[in-house]
Amino acid sequence: MSEMQTNSLAERLAARFGDKLTISVSHGAVTAVVEAANLLAVATALRDEAGFRFSEAVDLCGVDYLGYGQTEWDTTDVSGNGFSRGVEGEAIGRFTWADRPRDVSIPKRYASVFHLLSIELNQRLRVRVFCDDNDLPVVPSLTGLWPGLDWFERESFDLFGIIYEGHPDLRRILTDYGFVGHPFRKDFPLIGNVEVRYDPEQKRVIYEPVSIEPRVLVPRVIRDDADLIQAKAEAADHWREN
Amino acid sequence: MAAQEIRNYTMNFGPQHPAAHGVLRLVLEMDGETVVRADPHIGLLHRGTEKLAESKPFNQSIGYMDRLDYVSMMCNEHAYVRAIETLLGIEAPVRAQYIRTMFDEITRILNHLMWVGSNALDLGAMAVFLYAFREREELMDCYEAVSGARMHATYYRPGGVYRDLPGKMSQYRESPWHKGNDLKRLNAWREGSMLDYLDAFTADFSKKVDEYEELLTDNRIWKQRTVGIGVVSPEMAQQWGMTGAMLRGSGIAWDLRKKQPYAKYADVDFDIPVGVNGDCYDRYLVRVEEMRQSNRIIKQCADWLRANPGPVMVENFKVAPPKREAMKEDMEALIHHFKLFTEGYGVPAGETYAAVEAPKGEFGCYLVSDGANKPFRVHLRAPGFAHLSSMDAVVRGHMLADAVAVIGTYDLVFGEVDR
Repeated sequence: MSEMQTNSLAERLAARFGDKLTISVSHGAVTAVVEAANLLAVATALRDEAGFRFSEAVDLCGVDYLGYGQTEWDTTDVSGNGFSRGVEGEAIGRFTWADRPRDVSIPKRYASVFHLLSIELNQRLRVRVFCDDNDLPVVPSLTGLWPGLDWFERESFDLFGIIYEGHPDLRRILTDYGFVGHPFRKDFPLIGNVEVRYDPEQKRVIYEPVSIEPRVLVPRVIRDDADLIQAKAEAADHWREN
Repeated sequence: MAAQEIRNYTMNFGPQHPAAHGVLRLVLEMDGETVVRADPHIGLLHRGTEKLAESKPFNQSIGYMDRLDYVSMMCNEHAYVRAIETLLGIEAPVRAQYIRTMFDEITRILNHLMWVGSNALDLGAMAVFLYAFREREELMDCYEAVSGARMHATYYRPGGVYRDLPGKMSQYRESPWHKGNDLKRLNAWREGSMLDYLDAFTADFSKKVDEYEELLTDNRIWKQRTVGIGVVSPEMAQQWGMTGAMLRGSGIAWDLRKKQPYAKYADVDFDIPVGVNGDCYDRYLVRVEEMRQSNRIIKQCADWLRANPGPVMVENFKVAPPKREAMKEDMEALIHHFKLFTEGYGVPAGETYAAVEAPKGEFGCYLVSDGANKPFRVHLRAPGFAHLSSMDAVVRGHMLADAVAVIGTYDLVFGEVDR
């Protein structure tokens, strides 16, 4: 969408919904944050009212903000032994939401994010709903408005444990039958919890705790965009030609 | 006669059924031969691509994108790479954008050939598969020429493409299987550069499409199996989040290449085919016409690329590696290379959704970055996932054999459905 279209959509949203939506514009796209309590009313209006006409919901996914803005590798200061080692840092999954090391401006741990598309008006909108309770994340289901979100909500439930209230058939979808846990949560280890093998003595497939060690190959590091700022400066003064 | 109790019964279709296109398990509730309810079970190919991507620097996940929809590899890469570029605020050089446009269309033809072949095979037409794979082979050679891999190319990179088009195509050598006139025919197109090869291909390809059409378009059995089957109304298509040929087959002229152009689609000339009835047959016609249009785009891109040499990667060494030669004598280049391949680059905090018109529909990449060298969250919006979710609504009331036609018309690849 062009910048003009984006801004005009943002203005129309602000005029129609007022403080029900928190609207921001970035990278040529409009993002609206809505309270779970207002979601259904706002979504119905977005689908049906002239000026919005978001007839298609193209995408919905869960996001777990645990560890947002946290790094495994402290690059801002050096100790007597050099830089910190990546593996001992504040890696994602080594702390809970309550005692996260760096405070960032994310109010809640879980959010459900969906993308709407208007075929008629050729515009897109991203809507984010934070789940009020970090221990039992619940948001209203939108399957009544866009039946196509059925599986997307099931996927988000499966992978993040977000419960979509009013969903007609909230089963797991991508993980195995009988899977325990929600694997895309940030505190779920990448290597999983159980491994499966055939046991010749018992003559059946058995589940065991994983035997492989988790390891971090490349530490997660935030350099506060220094890389890009420097790259832009270098590109600007053509130091190579001078 | 005593009253008999008639009950519906449940049938398990797949995951090892050849018409299940991979690993679809379909639990069907049947009333005689009529489908009363269809419950697809997916996830048998779930590899956790999105979670894996969170554990690696941005560039290391490009290869995973190939393995999502493994018959339209470069289109998947395109969505991911475009999301990164948007957040970085960089733009690929024009030549790279033309190369991407061209390879997106090569990919579209590859995908549609696979689709037309396997779908015809599902519905009982054996020969189309053999014809389609003949041309697939020729295009896969283009993949191999630019990237070294015939399928999982990892060719698109944030800031451009991995390297420029090769000056010559590799040729077949004489062997017990390729010799004499056969060898001469195989190598006839391969004398010049890759663009010459593509010229020969595009000049020839519309005749090849005629051949597929001859086998299917007026084929009585093909029409009996597809006309009026799996009808999707325009309203229904929108409700179920359908995109691509599924939406266009129902008469909605929606194509991201026209409506929200990316790469160089705004600068090439092509048409959007649209169906009328929204049945399997119309979607077949749409896809066949898309192959012809893709062929046109490839020709235009090849002409432009021949006339306009230039860089194919940005000169930003925080994102793109420096030249090998520079690294031999330039300390700066060596450091850039080392940092790029060990740590990667930080992507400014923010979120974006980049969508491309993949052969199967809208393939989107929702990328959240918190400023780190690894993505915070990647969500991949696979068109097949949305399409398959409408299975129950579309197939209800059809015969069992039509369920196969509907699975075929969705153009499913489980790499992307299960991710």
